[in-house]
Amino acid sequence: MRIGVITFPGSLDDHDARRAVRLGGAEAVSLWHGEHDLKGVDAIVLPGGFSYGDYLRCGAIAARSPIMSEVIDAASAGMPVLGICNGFQILVESHLLPGGLVRNDHGDFICRDQRLRVESTSTAWTNGFTEGQEITVPLKNGEGGFIADAETIARLEGEGLVVFRYLDVNPNGSMNDIAGIANERGNVVGLMPHPEHATEPGFGPDTALAMRSGTDGLTFFTSVVSAFAAQLG
Amino acid sequence: MPTIVVEVMPKAELLDPAGKAVAGALHRLGKGHFTAVRIGKRFELTVDGPVDDATLAEVRELAEEMLANTVIEDVLSVHTLDTETVTAGETH
Repeated sequence: MRIGVITFPGSLDDHDARRAVRLGGAEAVSLWHGEHDLKGVDAIVLPGGFSYGDYLRCGAIAARSPIMSEVIDAASAGMPVLGICNGFQILVESHLLPGGLVRNDHGDFICRDQRLRVESTSTAWTNGFTEGQEITVPLKNGEGGFIADAETIARLEGEGLVVFRYLDVNPNGSMNDIAGIANERGNVVGLMPHPEHATEPGFGPDTALAMRSGTDGLTFFTSVVSAFAAQLG
Repeated sequence: MPTIVVEVMPKAELLDPAGKAVAGALHRLGKGHFTAVRIGKRFELTVDGPVDDATLAEVRELAEEMLANTVIEDVLSVHTLDTETVTAGETH
């Protein structure tokens, strides 16, 4: 399986995302925001960072970059797309996911190992988890507060489209403690926390067993690989 | 060349932590009678050519589609700078 990771001007975590893709058992393909070429990949990761310096709004200019027209077409045709942090902001600015992300309610940038509950395993990126599984992955954002109007929140909750919820603390004022959501088809997932930073022992969050041994984020990438393999039959 | 002004504000029901921080600073400066501050954006678009109703309509569409995200912001006004009402005491 070949998974593309798009680099925008100001992307920071594209290298980590490609590494996570390889650790998950797929080939990582570098994609460039300024081209109209997905290079025949089977899935796409929009990585974290500060594309275009967060000018206009987080993700707003990246959402209108050349490659996004191909991403929107591919996502609409069912290709798995994962948006992490700034990637999530790009997905909402592209209208591939509903709602918006606003400045953290406490006004500060926050960086912590964040516990999450997996609320949905019926997406391309979470099928390897168990429903209700509690995981820990790093979180780092200044504008991660998820908001949507009451009707959208009711729809997300009612249709099981909330994929991750914050546990212990709500780090940014997100409505209903929402950390990540999916589209109806389950191929497009966006979340503020960073699974790609919890994929390799020695470089992940601390666990009860050992420092930096947390690899809960790896399941995102193994999930999409196994979904792809199952699809090929 | 004419200029079109677009004003955008965060939706009233949303917390505006940046505005809140400014209000806190005002309070510390003894200006507590300014009880709230909200921070928005003003865009100035310079146009190559005359501005007519079609141009304004085009900018209104751009404002709703790109300059603002209507999930979290409202477009307050779209107008040309030349016809902007100058309120008392305001200088340009």
